[in-house]
Amino acid sequence: MQTREVISTGNQLAAKAAVDAGCMFFGGYPLTPSSEIMHVLSDSLPDKGGVSIQMEDEIAGICSVIGAAMVGQRALTATSGPGMSLKAEQLGLAQMAEVPLVCVNVMRGGPSTGLPTRVAQGDILQAKNPSHGDYKSITLCAGTLAECYTEVVRAFNIADRFMQPVIVLLDETIGHMHGKADIPTAEDVAAGIVPRKRFDGPAEEYFPYDCEHDEPAVLNPMYEGYRYHFTGLHHDKNGYPTEEIETCRKLIQRLEDKVALHEDEVESYEEFMMDDADIMIIAYGSVSLAAKESIRHLRAEGIKAGLFRPITIWPSPATQIKKHTDKIDKVLVVELNIGQYHGEIQRAAARLDIDGLFKVNGRPISPYEIVTKVKEL
Amino acid sequence: MAFNYDKYLRLEKMPTLWCWGCGDGVILKAFVRAVDKMKLNQDDVCVVSGIGCSGRFSSYVDFNTVHTTHGRTIAYATGIKLARPDKIVICVAGDGDALAIGGNHTIHGCRRNIDLTMIIINNFIYGLTNSQTSPTTPKGMWTVTQKAGNIDPTFNTCDLAIAAGASFVARESMLDPKKLEKAMIKAIEHKGFSIMEVLSNCHINLGRKNKMVSAMENLEWIDSITIPKKKYDAMSSEERLNLLPTGILKQDLEADEYCEMYAEIQKVHKGERKVITRDDFAKKI
Repeated sequence: MQTREVISTGNQLAAKAAVDAGCMFFGGYPLTPSSEIMHVLSDSLPDKGGVSIQMEDEIAGICSVIGAAMVGQRALTATSGPGMSLKAEQLGLAQMAEVPLVCVNVMRGGPSTGLPTRVAQGDILQAKNPSHGDYKSITLCAGTLAECYTEVVRAFNIADRFMQPVIVLLDETIGHMHGKADIPTAEDVAAGIVPRKRFDGPAEEYFPYDCEHDEPAVLNPMYEGYRYHFTGLHHDKNGYPTEEIETCRKLIQRLEDKVALHEDEVESYEEFMMDDADIMIIAYGSVSLAAKESIRHLRAEGIKAGLFRPITIWPSPATQIKKHTDKIDKVLVVELNIGQYHGEIQRAAARLDIDGLFKVNGRPISPYEIVTKVKEL
Repeated sequence: MAFNYDKYLRLEKMPTLWCWGCGDGVILKAFVRAVDKMKLNQDDVCVVSGIGCSGRFSSYVDFNTVHTTHGRTIAYATGIKLARPDKIVICVAGDGDALAIGGNHTIHGCRRNIDLTMIIINNFIYGLTNSQTSPTTPKGMWTVTQKAGNIDPTFNTCDLAIAAGASFVARESMLDPKKLEKAMIKAIEHKGFSIMEVLSNCHINLGRKNKMVSAMENLEWIDSITIPKKKYDAMSSEERLNLLPTGILKQDLEADEYCEMYAEIQKVHKGERKVITRDDFAKKI
């Protein structure tokens, strides 16, 4: 595939990706360190006839995005931790009513107002279950500048495939990082767009939520002659509210299974010097850059370390993780929180002896810190 | 010949969940007749509701319908409208939905003056959840959360909407469905943000504990607190106390509508016009 070289920041690349992926609507609210995404889109969306609107609060931001998505548009919102907390209920409605959208979270220090301008990876578990109830989140995590572009593009395609919100995690370091990136051409991205499924038969035969046990709803755009009902309530094949026991059970099981039985379609990870590794470092997001640097130093000293980097964070690449952890004794999870993904690695590996290097003071982890920790293992 | 509502209803959803004697049904019928008189195509109309008894409104009518989270009707409707400015979006919310949890969206919808119609069904109480105080519950009334008598001051929905910049504000009660139907037509026809407050009864969860046991008693009370705007305007401030004027309270045909202004932004970006300056606005504040 042909690529193009750009010099940009992670946030700007995420915005650029949305435009190239066919996004026509942005609704949001200013929130450090994600605001540059809205800044860029307030120019580039009206450029192509789309809309970018700064709403009255974080909640209204995602509500407007869900509204535009119901009309059939690809739509984006972007925020950081405090905004994710506020958007949580609406993400739940989008899961329940099966409305596709992309939500970028540029992670900063938390909880609460936390460290607004500093880096953290504290929203990993929040991304798994932002809202109450049962559903299967899909969360992607950019670990390079180029991935701030490619993962947002992928998120839009996944959202339309699975008809649900997709969260893209950036962190403050990668969002504000400024540098060179090789990204796909806009033409290639456009050619790769898989539009949402739609029903073209007669309206009286259209039942948007009448689908196979592992398939998403088929929601035609509003105003096109197929009248149906969106709701956050348990609903039947028309979308009408119901409390019928079997319909309720089937609906929630389907929300789980439409992703759980097709995890291979969203799975993504990178393996770096893992072929002969006898120490496995697991890191994601900007931390993986420090991890790669540390591995080069360790290898120079004859220590055979390798990196496993999940790109799709939820669902986690558990099978592939276990394949490695079954063979490799020393496993170290490095992250900017107190072990949020570490717990998932322990689950995937079915081991309780996974080591961790955690940092929660708003500062990045340096390669030196990782080298030191690995030598202590 | 009697009006046939069937075309606009989801008959399989009938009967409604609303209590016997509830005003919501009267309001729904007035809305359906308004839409029919306007000869609107059902495919071109979206009805957005929130949570509460009024929230069920959207599931009963055969349009493009959205039942959102509590208080967020306007925020969802704003995205829907901006994505298809050529179509009609109507929000339906209760007093708790529109003025308590959704108060922020209500005032900002008014301020933005986006072309939506917001029907606020005000029954002065949280009905669905059993008699909790709402922002319009009159002081001194019994609620399940203020059994010694409500001490919370009330919002006047229409005054709030006017102050926040809505370009169309009207109030009617469900006691006069014909007048309500006409006002709804004017609200939907108006280009800009329209607030249509409809006073309604909840004899079950407001009335029973406040000496208005039947729907009729509740409605008599509503009748006693409403007065046509013309008469209200002629009154002294002492006489106006405890009265709510009905009719069209504000209509500003000059106010800039948001989708139209956004189209100007798109023109700037396409190089079809210069940047927007203060001179582009009919009213500069």
